Amino acid sequence: MKIGVLGFQGDIEEHVAATKEALKKLKIDGSVAVVKTPDELREIDALIIPGGESTVIGGLALFNKSLSVIKDRIRNGMPVLGTCAGMIMLANRTYDRVVGETKQPLLAVLDVLVERNSFGRQRESFETELEVSINGLEKLKGVFIRAPSIREVNQGIETLAKLDGQVVAVRQNNIIGTCFHPELSGDTRLHEYFVKTIGS
Amino acid sequence: MISLVSSVEHPKGVLRESLKDVEVVRGTTLVKRGFAHMQKHGVIMDVTSVEQAQVAEEAGAVAVMVLDKLPYDVRKAGGVARTASLKVIEDVLNHVTIPVMAKCRIGHIEEAKILEETGVDMIDESEVLTPADEERHVWKWDYTTPFVNGARDLGEALRRIEEGAAMIRTKGEPGTGNVAEAVKHIRLVNNEITKVKSLFANNDSQELVRAARDLKISYEIVVETGRLGRIPVVNFAAGGIATPADAALMMRLGCDGVFVGSGIYKSEDPLERARAIVLATTFYDDAKIVAEAQKMVDERKSMMGLDAKNMEFRMQDRGGNI
Repeated sequence: MKIGVLGFQGDIEEHVAATKEALKKLKIDGSVAVVKTPDELREIDALIIPGGESTVIGGLALFNKSLSVIKDRIRNGMPVLGTCAGMIMLANRTYDRVVGETKQPLLAVLDVLVERNSFGRQRESFETELEVSINGLEKLKGVFIRAPSIREVNQGIETLAKLDGQVVAVRQNNIIGTCFHPELSGDTRLHEYFVKTIGS
Repeated sequence: MISLVSSVEHPKGVLRESLKDVEVVRGTTLVKRGFAHMQKHGVIMDVTSVEQAQVAEEAGAVAVMVLDKLPYDVRKAGGVARTASLKVIEDVLNHVTIPVMAKCRIGHIEEAKILEETGVDMIDESEVLTPADEERHVWKWDYTTPFVNGARDLGEALRRIEEGAAMIRTKGEPGTGNVAEAVKHIRLVNNEITKVKSLFANNDSQELVRAARDLKISYEIVVETGRLGRIPVVNFAAGGIATPADAALMMRLGCDGVFVGSGIYKSEDPLERARAIVLATTFYDDAKIVAEAQKMVDERKSMMGLDAKNMEFRMQDRGGNI
């Protein structure tokens, strides 16, 4: 099993470390690689899109022609996990809480509407104990950094977590998106959950 | 994993709040340092207006830094350099979706409070502005907003982290378009880390204590630096970066990302240059793309560089020995 972490911008190294740890805990023989080019993206079994700035990640993926490759692979069933900016990249539509409509390159594979910077600016960023509806994983430390929220969830999408009435984690078949950063929490259980979906 | 070492107990900047049906904690070390981690592999660009901020966002900046004058102009103008107009900062906050940072003077706790109140995402306690306190920096644990500080060497970097900085950048020599000082600072930091790392690997407590004394920092943070083999927070390059090749060089030397100050808006091709520097930063290990990025800019349009070596007025020395 080869898991790629999209390597343009953001907390790439934290995802690599968390995924390696998850593989070790699950005793799965697999590797984790930072991927950027279309060729590298064709060789992985699953992809993680990290936190960072979605405008930057999208622009760079468009520049080196990997955006359409990622999109095709996800549509053909490749498991993908997007956290924060990564989840914004996956969404069909997005707008910013203050600035409004933005034109930014998206993968548009997850049928949700996302509000960027939904909980406010950095001063309003927070950590909290988050209730999660994943079997065997009831509570997680939720690290929300200038986090988005999911405003409209369309049919066939499972809500994995809610915070103060807002949807903050979803799953649509092979696609998992979280508004928070499991890779920063020191707890690898969400990565383990993702790894277990690969090949299942 | 984010290093939480050297956090103080009960810092004032940590706020507990109840939302409708959940308790949240703001301003924790995890949340502050975590923000800096989201900037990694990116380019933070200096801007002086909302128009420049929008161009920077369009070009692929991960954040913008709002100033009254670019460091080059601060140098030319002389006099006292203070934090930027709040109107300009607010205007930028309302018109870009990426994080917005602003600078306060070294030790100016009130400018810092005002910037926090205005809602900037990160405060740069910067040597580009005229220091307000010759004796001490801002005690950054008192703030919910994270801070970035400049450093010329490992001791300076770790002293700022002990004061609560969530991110470090090399000082370089701002406003010169000359990358030499930034290179000198990161080389120095790397060499000092190599030493501390080997002391840690050899379990040499006596020498680690001595290193802590020499660097004027706590034993605890020296050990953490040795264990990690790097500065415990995100470390960017800054000061004199003017071309895509400069940015790629700083990434190659181990920086987590770059700040570009005068280099973009003191050139004659700012938009192309901003785009090119973003590409060179992300793809620094792909010579073909760095060359492509360098081709996007014209050396005749680069800012006029200054020799930092024989300069009488050096911003980097400000606040360095405390």
